[in-house]
Amino acid sequence: MNIIVENLTKKYGNQRAVDNISFEVKTGEVLGFLGPNGAGKTTTMKMITCYMAPNDGDIKIGDLSIHENQNEIKKKIGYLPESNPLYYDMPVLEYLEFAARLQGVPDNKINERIAEMVALTGLNKEKHKKIGELSKGYKQRVGLAQAMIHDPEILILDEPTTGLDPNQIVEIRKLIKDLGKEKTVILSTHILPEVEATCDRILIINNGKIVADGTSEMLRKQAQGQEIIKVTIEGAAERDAIISALGELESVGMVDPVKDSEISFIINSKDGLSSRKPIFELCVKNKWVLTEMTPLETKLEDIFRELTTNCKGI
Amino acid sequence: MKQVWIIAKRELKSFFDSLIAYIMLILFLGFSGFFTWLFGSDIFFIGQATLEPFFMIARWTLFFFIPALTMKMLAEEKRSGTIELLLTKGLNDWQLILGKFLASLLLIAIALAFTLPYYVTISYLGSIDHGAVWSGYLGMLLISMAYISIGLFASSQTNNQIVALLTALLIGTFFQIIFDVLAGNFTGFLGQFFSYLSISTHYESIARGVIDTKDLLYFLSITFFGLTLAESVLSKRNIVE
Repeated sequence: MNIIVENLTKKYGNQRAVDNISFEVKTGEVLGFLGPNGAGKTTTMKMITCYMAPNDGDIKIGDLSIHENQNEIKKKIGYLPESNPLYYDMPVLEYLEFAARLQGVPDNKINERIAEMVALTGLNKEKHKKIGELSKGYKQRVGLAQAMIHDPEILILDEPTTGLDPNQIVEIRKLIKDLGKEKTVILSTHILPEVEATCDRILIINNGKIVADGTSEMLRKQAQGQEIIKVTIEGAAERDAIISALGELESVGMVDPVKDSEISFIINSKDGLSSRKPIFELCVKNKWVLTEMTPLETKLEDIFRELTTNCKGI
Repeated sequence: MKQVWIIAKRELKSFFDSLIAYIMLILFLGFSGFFTWLFGSDIFFIGQATLEPFFMIARWTLFFFIPALTMKMLAEEKRSGTIELLLTKGLNDWQLILGKFLASLLLIAIALAFTLPYYVTISYLGSIDHGAVWSGYLGMLLISMAYISIGLFASSQTNNQIVALLTALLIGTFFQIIFDVLAGNFTGFLGQFFSYLSISTHYESIARGVIDTKDLLYFLSITFFGLTLAESVLSKRNIVE
């Protein structure tokens, strides 16, 4: 089931928490929502799940609109809210049954669904305990189990792996990835490797606006208009000589000496040009020894920081 | 309706799981029993086969207990964020509030049912006005409905249970006693107005066995008003200016 978000705006007082954003998520796609705290991720999720109404714009789930078909939409969505609120005084099984009934799972299927969810999230040992007695990781599993109890077509997960240990994180990511093959999944996170590990597509939002949208490779390429390489050159008398020689090369845009190193440099090529060959030839000509030449890949972290810190001053 | 019942069932179960229900029942029966049978203007003191002393004291116990029962109902859900879980499942604001309302009313009904032995005992002691007893019980339920809805409204206002409790008591006091006092202090239109607002005015005629639509309407409209306010406070998150 596709999710189409159209010109969505939400204001808190005068502040625009979500500012006229539009995007689309297709079935079988895992969309990662990235952004600094307060960027509008959670607010957007709350609007998709019909917890809050937007000031403007529309969200369509299939042919259903959040303005008209709230009840139908709610039943199609499984939602894990931020910070995973749960009834701590309820035993796990009882709570899952409560969630299943609220979501309209037919009576004869409830036990079957609960058993499936318990097995899927590995809650078997803890299922008779009260939720309040569980560790944070297990609570998170209960949160996931209740979100998926009615086998929803859409899963919205607000920071699904917070509080889990590394093993659990790997498990949950795998689970999300598997689910994402047939369902539509939107997840938000601060953890960048998580997005790369689980998501097919990344949406970075900042100050309520979408600042980047695409696969992680696309984003990398976009940010990496120029070739960046790190070179280490030995055998030259003076550092400045190397810098000026490199700078004179036609394809080189900028030469940055690496801190704490006399002989390493970061070289940004001009747009669309490669400087690897000229640098090699330069070294040969001057009888310098080229001991390292590494292309630097822009990390997702860098893209994220670049996109989300630019407009902070405004 | 099914959703309302799912909420009510969970709510009732949590009353009994967390001992709130037992404490409520014991205190309610203890208080009302003590004053009905043993102390003050009790039944033996009056010397009549009537449940009036019980209803008198029950009115006050309910006045204090109901806010204690309702204070956490919405405030706690809001504080812990579980309200988001509920309202993003197949459930709307009204169903949530009605479920909570129903659960509280059922608990009060259970408490009142436990006092039926008083009725049986007294009917053995002398000739009792059966009509007045049943309409007295009806009056208790109507008063409870009004207080529960006030309590839910108070609870919808805040994330803090104590604030909810105090707000409910504050609003309740007006209906319980202040309007009555004001009615005595004013004459003419104002006097009638306050007298109309006071619960006593309406309850007294019901307690005598006279069930008038005017009185029913009074209690039902407080209930309706309280629940509507609670709903509108809850759905304020949706308001688009």
